[in-house]
Amino acid sequence: MNPTLRRSSLVIFVMFLALLGNLTRVQFIQAKSYAENPANPRILKDAYSTPRGAIMVGRDPIAYSKDTGGELRYQRFYPKGAEYSPITGYMSQVYGSTGVERYENSVLNGTDDILFTQKLSDTITGKKTAGANVLLTINAKAQDAAWNALKGRKGAAVAVDPKTGKILAMATSPSFDPNPLASHQTKTVTDAWNSYDPSSGSGPMANRALGGGGPWPPGSTMKVVVSAAALENGYDPSTSIPAGRSYQPEDGGQEIHNDVDSICPQDQVTMLVALRDSCNTGFAKLGVKLGAQTVVSKAEAFGLNKAMTIPMLGQDQGLPVAKSVTGDPKGASQVAQSSIGQFNVAETPFQEAMIAGAVANDGTEMQPYLVQEIQGSDYSTLRTAQEQKFGHPISSDTAGKLREMMNAVVSDGTGRRAQIPGIEVGGKTGTAEHGDGAPEHGWFMGYARDNGDPKVAVGVFLESAGEGGSADATQIGGDIMKAVLGK
Amino acid sequence: MPTFAQPAAAPPGATAGRRVPTRRNTELALLLFGFVVTALLSAAAQAALINTVRVDCLVLPVLVLMLGLVAHVVIRIFAPYADPVLLPLATLINGVGVVFIHRVDVPTETDSDYHKFASIGATDGLGIQQVMWTGLAVIFCCALIIVIRDHRTLARYAYTFGLAGIVLVAIPAVLPGSMSEVNGAKVWIRLPFFAIQPGELAKLALFVFFAYYLVRKREVLSLASKRVLGIALPRPRDLGPVIVVWIMSVLILVFEKDLGSSLLFLGTFVVMLYIATERKSWLVIGFVLFAFGAFAAYSLGTWLGPFRNFHDRVDIWLNPMSDPLNTTYQLSRSLISLGVGGLFGAGPGAGDPTSVPLARSDFIIATIGEELGMFGLAAILLLYLLITLRGVKAGTVVRDPFGKLLAGGLAFSMSIQVFVIVGGVTDLIPLTGLTTPFLSYGGSSLVANWILIGLLIRISNDARRPSPAGTAGGPSGPPPQLQSAATEVIKL
Repeated sequence: MNPTLRRSSLVIFVMFLALLGNLTRVQFIQAKSYAENPANPRILKDAYSTPRGAIMVGRDPIAYSKDTGGELRYQRFYPKGAEYSPITGYMSQVYGSTGVERYENSVLNGTDDILFTQKLSDTITGKKTAGANVLLTINAKAQDAAWNALKGRKGAAVAVDPKTGKILAMATSPSFDPNPLASHQTKTVTDAWNSYDPSSGSGPMANRALGGGGPWPPGSTMKVVVSAAALENGYDPSTSIPAGRSYQPEDGGQEIHNDVDSICPQDQVTMLVALRDSCNTGFAKLGVKLGAQTVVSKAEAFGLNKAMTIPMLGQDQGLPVAKSVTGDPKGASQVAQSSIGQFNVAETPFQEAMIAGAVANDGTEMQPYLVQEIQGSDYSTLRTAQEQKFGHPISSDTAGKLREMMNAVVSDGTGRRAQIPGIEVGGKTGTAEHGDGAPEHGWFMGYARDNGDPKVAVGVFLESAGEGGSADATQIGGDIMKAVLGK
Repeated sequence: MPTFAQPAAAPPGATAGRRVPTRRNTELALLLFGFVVTALLSAAAQAALINTVRVDCLVLPVLVLMLGLVAHVVIRIFAPYADPVLLPLATLINGVGVVFIHRVDVPTETDSDYHKFASIGATDGLGIQQVMWTGLAVIFCCALIIVIRDHRTLARYAYTFGLAGIVLVAIPAVLPGSMSEVNGAKVWIRLPFFAIQPGELAKLALFVFFAYYLVRKREVLSLASKRVLGIALPRPRDLGPVIVVWIMSVLILVFEKDLGSSLLFLGTFVVMLYIATERKSWLVIGFVLFAFGAFAAYSLGTWLGPFRNFHDRVDIWLNPMSDPLNTTYQLSRSLISLGVGGLFGAGPGAGDPTSVPLARSDFIIATIGEELGMFGLAAILLLYLLITLRGVKAGTVVRDPFGKLLAGGLAFSMSIQVFVIVGGVTDLIPLTGLTTPFLSYGGSSLVANWILIGLLIRISNDARRPSPAGTAGGPSGPPPQLQSAATEVIKL
């Protein structure tokens, strides 16, 4: 039996060689791909091992980490849930992160260089550096007003401080609750994710305030831009412009009418009246007269056709905003349609608020921003945001004349629902068609000034709201402005 | 055998008056060396885990060493010519296992309960428990060496062992799931205070029976009927025992969902059959039966309940990273651990065993692989290889065929068990629930493997022992009556 005994060790050698060879594959050749597999719990545990900084609105956290005692130690909680999720975004072990959670990640997780001195002392004491807090520019009352007004509807609202660019409110409806996405139970996460219909692009996870699922045709709010272009080309609010019941552009195309026949049936109306009553024929003709180039370049001065982000604090990347566009109108018919915010013009509520803000702020357009301060875990201020000018799309003089016209819209025209007693409020409503037979979008852009001091500018959008959409948008805009003013 | 025990290989009678070295001091030195390795591992793990090295890191290694020393003394007295490497190898692997089991008890800093257990003592947790199991196992090992002075005694009870083996294997299958099933494998007997895996002991009993039976039948089984493709096939009527063991393996697979034991029994039996009959055809037949069984089980698994488990395991084996949160959770975690460990490992105590399921038992190889790296695992594999080769060596040197076949079978079974579990955890073959000898947490496995080492020690003692008085066995006791039945006499 000895020969076969010895030969059986050959079988043994083969088995061990196979094991060693396979070990070389697993621990050497493919080691990196295994170690870096997203399923590696060490990566996650590391991320969850220290408390992540809170995202604050005033003195209240709208996102914070709580010690759960689970395998992943800290879990993220969002006490205001869906109201703030377009701002906070979510933080999920399965689906990554979005919003401020994503774009201020290095600050929140404590790895940013802004925490250098803290990290230095923690290295000496052997602690892991706790994440820093992020204080937002959001005004909780304005956010509540926007969120409550939008509830049950499809749309979004943005409010900014025209003088500084601080974003005071940014709400979207429908929205999603980020809490289940932060769960450490994978099933809870995936179930919630699927219920949010992430693939549709226009579900609750679409941030409409920043153009998620859009942008959308702005309708008559575009007349503010056309007015600005005209005022800077020799027109005045009292200048008479051709109007009429209908307008058939010279190169054919769709005939343009007014919303109702009682609007500017005369051959001539003043600019002020045309804007106040939202005269389509007047602005279509005005746009054609000014020329596509003039209108488009004014729109671009306000920010259209530009890739835009909301800058974060201490980060290279900002929160992306969908680009608002003018389209490229060629010929009278397309220019006429574009001048009343149809054809290929498309905007975001964010862009509308910026335009209204520029008018309110004497022509200086401020860069909207969302993060006011980075605070250490002890709430000491580590860095404060600096306000930035976005541009100077119109002169102070033009801004004054434009306000005269937009004030008339709210005091005597289509935007009366935004009135606030004792406050100078101006704005422009919009109703936009999109596709045959679909209910129209409703829009409102506006501002409020207190004794000549610009306080707030808003952009409100109600998607496919149909009849009365722009009136509701105006109401919502007024409510938000009242909340900011404390009225 | 050029390096081993030349005196023992000398013809009987020629050694009279010549002293054969017992090598017991070599054994002692190797035991101490193993202790140093274990102690260093323990100290390194403690340093990494709690940033300090305390004397208590030596508690577990010292306890294991003491158990090794007890066995050493017993061997010195009752098996003085035994192979000096077997005991130190088993003790070292056992010690490494204890250190890692204790290490898994200590949570890492990222764990939520870290602060509660940061000061876990040497005698807290399952590490000390494993030392107690080791103590029990070493007692069994020593008792075997003391009681069974000649391994041929076992042949007398071969049929009893065979029956006991089958009964032990079958018990979990007939028990209700609540009393026998843990983590999907129906291989336990669960009693109120403890649970045992009878299959671990059954394998030893069955191998004793196989050795006895195959030695008795080897002449018949090696008869060839005809040659096919240059391989001499056995007569069809002699296929009976192979078919019986094959069916038993399939039954274990179906009713206990225990692919590992199934492979272990079939593989060991086929190799013993080959050793006994010196016919390659048995290897081929065994392989064909195995391949057919595996393929059939996989195919049937798509629709037939009992094979579903096996079918799923094959799918997981083929795509281990496809569903890491659900079906491939265990294996993907294991592979990630091994990948994180890489060539050199994170270092003792520096890995994250809590992310690996069953880190103390089925997946202890992944735990060790993460912290000691590929080189550490390779070293441990070489220790197993060494045990196997020393077992085979004892088989070639021992004089009686029963001893040869038993030593060969036991040694080979150790290898195949290591192959099946390590291969499973590292995705070389479909994962099955065998224990890793001497490393895995658990009493049944430790007792069985220490008894296995005791048997090899006993056989190796007989192999190296000088036999001055010619044919009738050694000086250390009268030859058992049965000797004639188990030696070449049966050739008739």
